[in-house]
Amino acid sequence: MTANADSTRTAGSDVLLMGAVAYDPKVVTIWDGFRRWLIGHDLAVDYVLYSNYERQVEDLVAGRIHAAWNSPLAWVRARRLAAAHGATVSALVMRDTDQDLSSVVVVRADSPAHSAGDLTGCVVATGAIDSPQATLLPIDALRSAGLRVGEDLTIRRFDIGVGLHGDHIGGERAAARALMAGLVDGACMIDANHLAFTTEGILNPGATRIICQTEPFDHCNMTVIDSAPAALAARFGELLLAMDYSDPEVRPLLDLEGLTAWRPGRVSGYRALEQAVDNAGFYDAEGRICAAGYRP
Amino acid sequence: MAPGESVEVRGTDRHLGLHLTTWARRQGHRVVGLTVTKGGASGARWQASERAGVPGPTVWEKAPRRWGLAARGALVEAGGPDLSVADLDSKAAVWSDLAPRLYAQAAAAQWDPATAIDWSISPALPDEVEAAVVQVMTYLIENEQAALMVPARFLGRIHPHYREVAQLLAVQTADEARHIEVFTRRALLVSGQLGVSGAGGRASLQSLLDETDFSIASFLLSVLGEGTFLHLLSFLERYAPDVVTAQVCHLALQDEARHVAFGLGHLEEQLRVEPALRPRLRMAMERRHDALASTSGLNDEVFDALVVLAARGWTPDAIGVGHDAVQRLQVDMDEGRRRRLTRLGFSPQEAAELSALHTRNFM
Ligand SMILES: [Fe+2]
Ligand SMILES: [Fe+2]
Repeated sequence: MTANADSTRTAGSDVLLMGAVAYDPKVVTIWDGFRRWLIGHDLAVDYVLYSNYERQVEDLVAGRIHAAWNSPLAWVRARRLAAAHGATVSALVMRDTDQDLSSVVVVRADSPAHSAGDLTGCVVATGAIDSPQATLLPIDALRSAGLRVGEDLTIRRFDIGVGLHGDHIGGERAAARALMAGLVDGACMIDANHLAFTTEGILNPGATRIICQTEPFDHCNMTVIDSAPAALAARFGELLLAMDYSDPEVRPLLDLEGLTAWRPGRVSGYRALEQAVDNAGFYDAEGRICAAGYRP
Repeated sequence: MAPGESVEVRGTDRHLGLHLTTWARRQGHRVVGLTVTKGGASGARWQASERAGVPGPTVWEKAPRRWGLAARGALVEAGGPDLSVADLDSKAAVWSDLAPRLYAQAAAAQWDPATAIDWSISPALPDEVEAAVVQVMTYLIENEQAALMVPARFLGRIHPHYREVAQLLAVQTADEARHIEVFTRRALLVSGQLGVSGAGGRASLQSLLDETDFSIASFLLSVLGEGTFLHLLSFLERYAPDVVTAQVCHLALQDEARHVAFGLGHLEEQLRVEPALRPRLRMAMERRHDALASTSGLNDEVFDALVVLAARGWTPDAIGVGHDAVQRLQVDMDEGRRRRLTRLGFSPQEAAELSALHTRNFM
């Protein structure tokens, strides 16, 4: 390896280099396993781990990595940042479980509130500041219902795992607990976590009522920068799409990553989040971080 | 249901739609409203699966490590870690068709040391006779300790496909635990003291612990050692000077008969398919004999104690009778060993030679 202290150095073209955010120790197991499998299928690939999505996106747009396993919010920023630098990004693949999700705002079953408008004067708990599913999207849905956030209703944020774009479940769980403890009037969470918290016993069956539900949206995708070696990126996508749930070698990794099949990427499911990011002033049109108090 | 088929879900929970969508997405099914269309993932998971043999006691010649800890007869999902510890994974190496029946018998024959023996009958023996009992018990305890540790070390190495063998050995170690308990209790019953532990006896037992081959270990421990102990325990039951001694020897003897039966049955079956094992068994005996040649074997204290118990008196005549009885015991032990060696296919000539090489410590 040639030593190169130049911090603007970009990734070479012989190995596809992808980034992933280490929101949990299992990320190492997952990408180590996928890497081994991909190398076994003759794809030269390696990965680097980031502590937060913002640096991963910046490195992707700077060409230091070719691909990034991005949260939906990281996609939004990557798209804006790339455009501002005269580059483009594309969504190569996503998980089957990334498509058509929704988030809900729930109240306790005995709450006097029956529609979003009834939340005037109330306190609503959300996940971390940068959680698309438990903060940005549900707040925007309340905004669309006519509520002026911060004026008509108060937001109580549970900032756990800031910089992980809501991948850490802690903020949503704390919001759900606060709701059941009577500390807040409503709580925001993604549909899957409403089920998970019900299973965990944090939300007793029948103890909550949905007062607002977002339109379907998409979650993570494998974002590729246009400067990435095209043949490697194409092969990367083909191989991921070819992963078969009946293959005992990859099935445990698919189980761990929470999918049964990779799907071709699509960007139609990020419209609501683009809107929410603008309304909240989270990033500007050039992908600069504008959110007050956001320190990943 | 086949992939592509749909089912309409009905229910009263207000979150049914939300939870159904979430659950189905995770399982790879499609949902429209409350209609779920089955995806391919749940079937794909079991595509390369296989049955881990059949549930009954018909076992395979070889048990694959990929079955892991799955129950015999279970449908095993492909993938997952290979079993890392069970190297005793062939029928020839561990199995005996007797194992299921012997296990059932062993489980049914478990006795409670607290109630199976009448501890309230305190022996009132002359000091010398009590001391002889204590010395014999001290000797038995260390032998039982070896008999516990040897099967215990192999237990965790047996592939779960041959579970009846592991179950049988588990009960066998429990048997030995009780033997240790009752012999200890009898030893301490009157004097609260134990006798001596000879270096030669311990050397003999150490050589059993050193054996890492399951078949050779069962040969040395169960066929030869415990086989020889059958005679010793029945001798002790017969000449026991008190009820408690007679009872503890009697109960241990019943268990030991089972231990011998399994060792013998397993080796008989293994030798049928693997005759090359026979010369290895012979070599193991010769090796052990050579290793123990410079040790004293059974210590004098134990030998004298056996004579005292069989003598039932202190006259020179009585001592002579006792000595003769112990000589006869050794002849019986030798005959028993030769009979078992013959059952394992050794010629009478070979059986006699090998029996003579058996440790002077009996176990
Ligand atoms: Fe025993
Ligand atoms: Fe035994």
